[in-house]
Amino acid sequence: MRQPTGSAYFMDDQHPPLARHTLAILVDNEPGVLARVIGLFSGRGYNIDSLTVSEVSLETHLSRITIVTTGPAGVVDQIKTQLDRLVPVHSVVDLTLTGKSLERELMLIKVRGKGDQRAEALRLAEAFRARVIDATIESFIFEITGKPDKLDQFIVLMAPLGLVEVSRTGVAAIARGPEGMTG
Amino acid sequence: MTETMTGAEIVIRALADQGVAHIFGYPGGAVLPIYDALFQQNAIEHVLVRHEQGATHMAEGYARSTNKPGVVLVTSGPGATNAVTGLTDALMDSIPMVCITGQVPTHLIGSDAFQECDTVGITRPCTKHNYLVKDVNDLAQILHEAFFVATNGRPGPVVVDIPKDVQFATGRYVGPENVVHKSYHPKLKGDVDKIKAAVELLAGAKKPIFYTGGGVINSGPEATRLLREFAEVTGVPVTSTLMGLGCYPASGPQWLGMLGMHGTYEANNAMHDCDVMVCIGARFDDRITGRLDAFSPGSRKIHIDIDPSQINKNVKVEIGVIGDVANVLGDMLRVWRASGATLDASAMKEWWAEIDGWRARDCLFFRQSGETIKPQQAVKRLYELTKGPNTYITTEVGQHQMWAAQYYRFDEPNRWMTSGGLGTMGYGMPAAIGVQKAHPDALVIDIAGEASIQMCIQELSTAVQYNLPVKIFILNNEYMGMVRQWQQLLHGSRYSHSYSEALPDFVKLAEAYGASGLRCEKAGDLDATIRAMLDTPGPVVVDCIVDKTENVFPMIPSGRAHNEMLLGEAGEQRIDEAITDEGKMLV
Ligand SMILES: Cc1ncc(C[n+]2csc(CCOP(=O)(O)OP(=O)(O)O)c2C)c(N)n1
Ligand SMILES: [Mg+2]
Repeated sequence: MRQPTGSAYFMDDQHPPLARHTLAILVDNEPGVLARVIGLFSGRGYNIDSLTVSEVSLETHLSRITIVTTGPAGVVDQIKTQLDRLVPVHSVVDLTLTGKSLERELMLIKVRGKGDQRAEALRLAEAFRARVIDATIESFIFEITGKPDKLDQFIVLMAPLGLVEVSRTGVAAIARGPEGMTG
Repeated sequence: MTETMTGAEIVIRALADQGVAHIFGYPGGAVLPIYDALFQQNAIEHVLVRHEQGATHMAEGYARSTNKPGVVLVTSGPGATNAVTGLTDALMDSIPMVCITGQVPTHLIGSDAFQECDTVGITRPCTKHNYLVKDVNDLAQILHEAFFVATNGRPGPVVVDIPKDVQFATGRYVGPENVVHKSYHPKLKGDVDKIKAAVELLAGAKKPIFYTGGGVINSGPEATRLLREFAEVTGVPVTSTLMGLGCYPASGPQWLGMLGMHGTYEANNAMHDCDVMVCIGARFDDRITGRLDAFSPGSRKIHIDIDPSQINKNVKVEIGVIGDVANVLGDMLRVWRASGATLDASAMKEWWAEIDGWRARDCLFFRQSGETIKPQQAVKRLYELTKGPNTYITTEVGQHQMWAAQYYRFDEPNRWMTSGGLGTMGYGMPAAIGVQKAHPDALVIDIAGEASIQMCIQELSTAVQYNLPVKIFILNNEYMGMVRQWQQLLHGSRYSHSYSEALPDFVKLAEAYGASGLRCEKAGDLDATIRAMLDTPGPVVVDCIVDKTENVFPMIPSGRAHNEMLLGEAGEQRIDEAITDEGKMLV
């Protein structure tokens, strides 16, 4: 079926290609702001793959929200412009579209095992530059930073070696070069 | 010097300093301190409504007819939830509104206290912005900010939720003078380069059109004036959305009538065939575009809007100018004149000849014969007998709303209040009351349907209490006519639950409320009844019994393009063959 109208009730069985987008949003650090931002995704039934929030300017109380989502380009662009018009939002950048951005994530991962398994986990951790931040006779907690897919890969390797649990911060992202986002 | 006072007094003072003269409200436990403060002052007049939804629509009517924000005061819990429909309505139609809600005391929030609800949570998606005030010392600043946000940029509703302890607490008052918003700075001036490009594109047009909307009216009288001037200077034909009626005069030579689903043949054909479209303060809503892939396929488009998120939302445009309509039109006119631009005179002559051909179809033609009143005839006579710059029309939602838009003709902005985006039945009478409060000497008429009017009928009591002489003109077809029309066209004439059973006697109902009631059943009595309505002081309800099965034409069936319009008596199509299976999926 073609797209005959923009009507709200049109059953559109077209599937525009989905792509991963990383959005950076500067907001006033005030109650409710996160709910406002998230509402634009949840109201459309869109999932957020990753979310990080933290205050980034002590004097101006600005927080930076980084959201990774997957959706059709047109819809993500709509979300971006609608984020931009929210009252406490200062600026929004789609880092995927501007290109040249860096993404990093931190993960804590607990692995339980003995003997060869334990030694193997430690060897792999070294190869991935993961640090041991807690150890017992039968377990390790590793701290590892990197691009999200490096972390994914590490989890895959730890799975057969006694993976217990994982805690990830979500993606922090920033554009390369001298320019910055302005509040 | 800073003054200290209670939170409740801060509310009153802030409203007064914002120039608020009237508020619409309903008391309850969580706003008692504010009601107490209201009792002890004379600056602000409070209108007691009968249902909080009524208060929100009154505020909308007030705002839409004055370009000032409407103000609502309601209690926590059910007071706030009852206001949700009107808040959503105001958000959809960009109506400036400040709604103050009471809340349970701060320490009880989240404890399922009596009449507690998460007001900021519930209203977050249906307001432009909202606030929960936790500290009385922030209250004044927040209230002033609320007015700023409601009225600047694209207007909209703002909720300020005030816990009862904050209303009792004593704190500092600050005036509105120094309130600057941290992050909200809407762009009002259009980019010069974009404006130049737009003028250039328009100047090269052979079949241009101005597609105007509610944004022109929101922008204010200057925008209307500039639009008229720009139209006159360029000679471009003008159409408008439901929300924009009145921004270009219906009696003006370049007026094509309303466009869209029930728009005129000439407006929709001109939209379809134009080569340059200038969209001014409208948003390419699905009622307007019809089938998107066939919407004005040959045109290049310029979109002027204050809300950047509207540009390229439904329809891709060549040039998007972000800014306030009055600013942008002023700049465009200047550039137009400075560059000595003119449209190709012979092309324009041909374009107008084509338009005149469409006009000749007389798409709003209907036949009034016999004594059964055609609803179109009722609106037409109402228009003839009540037209004038001091007449304001509101509507409910349904067929009568479309007939009002088609047959009542507006020469001025702010005279037409209707629920466009949300389509809220029950809007019209409270909106009329709000208009009448703002314009005590005006003639205010709600053109209603017998089903819609029952959704906020209780506000008749408000009209009576405040002696607001609104006239409620019910086109009584004993059907939810718009639903019936769709069932006829799309659902094999299976009229599922669209018959208005067990209707009240509207004349007696009006009398029971202390208003007056009139009934009109014959076409020959229409004029006399309308005159009697005008001569009867106070609120009047007219029960005008009309043809039960009349349909609204022209109509672009869902899923069809602008040039595939169905005409009523002006055309001869078979309506049941006109709608495809795809179209049946649409609303
Ligand atoms: C609150 C609400 N509920 C339902 C609808 C759906 N609806 C649209 S028009 C309509 C019928 C209106 O009937 P009436 O007021 O008699 O007007 P008519 O179409 O007959 O002129 C209905 C139910 C709506 N718009 N608003
Ligand atoms: Mg009806």
